[in-house]
Amino acid sequence: MGKILEIKNLSKHFDDFTAVNNVNFCVEEGGFFSILGSSGCGKTTLLRIIAGFQQESEGDVIIRGKSMKGIPPEKRPVNIVFQNLALFPMMNVRENIAFGLKRQKLKTADINFKIHEMLERVGLNGYEKKKVTDLSGGQRQRVAIARSLVMNPSILLLDEPLGALDRKLREHMKVELKLLQKEIGTTFVYITHDQSEALVMSDQVAVMHDGQFEQIDTPRNLYKNPKTSFVAGFVGDTNRFEIASSEGDSIMTQGGWNLNHPELTMTSQETPKTLFMRPEAFMLNPDTTINDLVQFEVTINTILFDGSNTKLSTTVSESGEELLISLPQNAQFDGIIEGHTLNVGIHRDDVKCF
Amino acid sequence: MMEDTPNNKKGFNITFYLLIVPVLLWLIFMIVIPHAELLISSFLVENDDGDMVFSFTNYIEFFGQQIYWLTFVKTAAYSIGVTLLAFIVAFPIAFYLTKVTSKKNAGFLMILLLIPLWVGELVTVYGWMVLLGDNGVINHFLMTIGVIDEPLNMLYTNFSMVVGLLYMSMLFMVIPVMSTLQSLDDSLIEAACDLGASKWDIFTKIIIPYSMPGITSGAIIVFMLVIGDYLAPNLLGGKHSLWFTEQIYNSFLQTFNWNEGAAFGFLLLLLSSGIIWLALKVSGQKLGSAVQ
Repeated sequence: MGKILEIKNLSKHFDDFTAVNNVNFCVEEGGFFSILGSSGCGKTTLLRIIAGFQQESEGDVIIRGKSMKGIPPEKRPVNIVFQNLALFPMMNVRENIAFGLKRQKLKTADINFKIHEMLERVGLNGYEKKKVTDLSGGQRQRVAIARSLVMNPSILLLDEPLGALDRKLREHMKVELKLLQKEIGTTFVYITHDQSEALVMSDQVAVMHDGQFEQIDTPRNLYKNPKTSFVAGFVGDTNRFEIASSEGDSIMTQGGWNLNHPELTMTSQETPKTLFMRPEAFMLNPDTTINDLVQFEVTINTILFDGSNTKLSTTVSESGEELLISLPQNAQFDGIIEGHTLNVGIHRDDVKCF
Repeated sequence: MMEDTPNNKKGFNITFYLLIVPVLLWLIFMIVIPHAELLISSFLVENDDGDMVFSFTNYIEFFGQQIYWLTFVKTAAYSIGVTLLAFIVAFPIAFYLTKVTSKKNAGFLMILLLIPLWVGELVTVYGWMVLLGDNGVINHFLMTIGVIDEPLNMLYTNFSMVVGLLYMSMLFMVIPVMSTLQSLDDSLIEAACDLGASKWDIFTKIIIPYSMPGITSGAIIVFMLVIGDYLAPNLLGGKHSLWFTEQIYNSFLQTFNWNEGAAFGFLLLLLSSGIIWLALKVSGQKLGSAVQ
């Protein structure tokens, strides 16, 4: 499969502000590519440039090997699902989906066939005559996606389309969207600030920060092997420590915690400044025979119960620094009580220094 | 005590009546009684003995005299025409003020639009007389630059009447259309564009249907104002630009036939209500959503 979308040295400057700063990436045909970033990082601007609603200052957008310079949005082989969905409120479901097809001057029979097929695909058969204002959030979502997909775009751009849904429905739509994308095989470029959406659905995720891409990788690599300190702090939960000094095989945090392990300092830069450890990377009462384990003692302050997300708020006995540790909800750890001390260990590969 | 529900309920009732009474009084004394009076009086005719007796004469008179119902039809047709013109003129203005120009500019331009309302219709009508007259500003200008040799006959024609009617009513189309356009999310236009719509498609398939409630309420207001206007047709229109309100005026104050005037007034009321009803039916709009 070839590259369907290529972004080359793309920049967008507003008066005294650079929204997109020299971004380069490729999207494979049939892939699910997400751009993950907090609000204001420039991801919406980037998407709007791809769709043609905004003009790039420098660089080029190439779709199927063809430069999109000077091509207006209505002529580009991309369709966009807007953040607020932008369904036409004065039209019913059928008219909304038919809107683009009618602009192509298709025959009514073809339009009807395509609409029927698309509604079936998104699970909305029999909703043709319903007013879009009478639909639920999830249904409106599907109409918006159907309206874009029925145009058979080379690339479907999605601008945080799940943002307005409540949590339960969002979880559900996440899986549904992923399955839909696999089934129809259209390339999706999805932008979101919700890392769970990006990680669950995507083949590739780009983490965007201050107009630049920090890392483009598979969701698993992004989580396991962040390349920059921003990615390490942004993707997933993490404990962050500022490093005071690092000499030889020991690292000293600013709070005075001495992490001593022969191979710890081999990660990343020569003089690391910050250190990240994920709460779920810790082993409780670890088997001391496991190789490459950094071990230490913590005191349990509180148990922050949150179902499968339950965490222990602890202090590192050596330095008094706070540390969050995930607590699996199984019978093995029922004996953990607030106020006690606990031996924990973390594999040296799970300690990231930048 | 708060639990003392009967007392509370009574308190609520008194407030409720205090609020409803002025409305009811206004409705009864300003609308129901005058109209009933008008209706009754339109069916009365003075007989040879000088007594008032029930008769359809006033209405028969209307249909019998060609001038009356010709004026009637002309007034209706011109009112519809002016309403359409008001839409054509007002829509671009409303669109420009809400979607194109900056908020600051829009406020300033809105004030400019409101100025004619501050001086009153009579003054604006005289203003147009100054502009359109044979020795008026426009003719003088056109003759000075040599476009025409003789002054154009603009004042006291149907043209000048329509200009006057349009000028005084146009703003009432601009405002409701603006308020619907303000709620039109730009992303709807972008979505249409993204789906391959041309500028014309976007205008006819998205913007106009979306602003239909505003257009409808604007059209109702403009139509009512125009069909019931007296000053502009009387002062700007010529001999051939008779407006039905002028017929009513004549009945009341020139022939002193109040009963006939009442009948004409009632006919005008029926006419305007009928046309609005028909327009709502044809455009598929609901009165409730239009007057909101």
